[in-house]
Amino acid sequence: MPTVSMTVNGQAVSGEVEDRTLLVQFLRENLRLTGTHVGCDTSQCGACVVHVNGDSMKSCSMLALQAEGAEVTTIEGLASNGELNPMQQAFMDNHGLQCGFCTPGMVMSAMDLVAKNPNPDEATIRENLEGNLCRCTGYHNIVKAVQQAAKTMGG
Amino acid sequence: MYNFNYQRASSLDDAVAKLGAASDGTLLAGGQTLIPTLKQRLASHSDVIDLSGIGDLRGISADGGGVTVGALTRHAEVAASADVPAALAALADGIGDPQVRNCGTLGGSIANADPAADYPAAVLGLGATVNTNLRSIAADDFFTGLFETALNDGEIITSVTFPTPQKAGYAKFPNPASRYAMVGVFAAQMGDGVRVAVTGAGPCVFRVAEMESALAGNWSADAVAGISVSADGLNSDLHGSAEYRAHLVTVMAKRAVAAAG
Repeated sequence: MPTVSMTVNGQAVSGEVEDRTLLVQFLRENLRLTGTHVGCDTSQCGACVVHVNGDSMKSCSMLALQAEGAEVTTIEGLASNGELNPMQQAFMDNHGLQCGFCTPGMVMSAMDLVAKNPNPDEATIRENLEGNLCRCTGYHNIVKAVQQAAKTMGG
Repeated sequence: MYNFNYQRASSLDDAVAKLGAASDGTLLAGGQTLIPTLKQRLASHSDVIDLSGIGDLRGISADGGGVTVGALTRHAEVAASADVPAALAALADGIGDPQVRNCGTLGGSIANADPAADYPAAVLGLGATVNTNLRSIAADDFFTGLFETALNDGEIITSVTFPTPQKAGYAKFPNPASRYAMVGVFAAQMGDGVRVAVTGAGPCVFRVAEMESALAGNWSADAVAGISVSADGLNSDLHGSAEYRAHLVTVMAKRAVAAAG
């Protein structure tokens, strides 16, 4: 089996994978980083969103071997020293989750949005979360959370 | 997903050689159609040859008469570019969702020629030229049918050259679940005439000559308001009937012209 090497949350990692192994499978099953979720089998739900070289991508729609040499950030890479990242804190403060299954993908997509657009209005936030499905919240508190985080993060 | 042999091409020649040596190989660009299709076992290949390492296939360069977009340029890069026509950037900004736009590529989209994809409308609507490792193909000759193009075996898209329009606009009615175009219309006033291209409605992107001549005389939404296309041969599925799509063509054409200004 081929070996793949990449940097995940700042740490160099490598592992044996099948050619067909998806990035999300490598993260969850090889590295045991199970914060990245699989919510569908059709690339539609966005629960698996991670950052690859700084851009948000669906780790279920990418082979692990495609990420050879890449810098990957998962939800586990956001908190530091036990302190939640401002986006995670804002989801908590605004009740931006109920069951929490979609939350890792939501947070990673929202982080990419705020990095590229530090002061997004409500319509922009809703448009940019189009790739992330939530079956619980009705999205309203998620949008509020992203607005709060954008302010906290200096937008 | 059935297993396959993953290979990374180091150059165009290397990709052609690997493809030729494979019993049933396919090319991987952004993977936003291919990977989901493989996952669903709707396709299987002996070899998947990744083009992403070929650096000179990515990027946007403007020259006198237009702009050339590398085949591996991602939708998000086209959407953010000040060098491409505004209507093309807006079209790219409406493909899929942000994560798809961060991976999906122009070359991958038009090589796949999905009947509901957005890019074919811009390529045909602007009268672009599709450049491959072997030749240049006019947009009018490129899209030949449902998921069918003029590309031959071993032929790889390297870039697309878009002429600069005087005015251009794109309007689509997105499927609310997939964001694919139920119908999308790209209308452009070019130096040598008007072009109107429709995606989503039929098995393959097509032009509407009657709308083009009406707009050549009077560039306004009113000029196309009374022109409808026949429902014969249009797509009919659980999302909408052929008649519904035929109606949408007129509505989207009006909106595309209005968006162009």
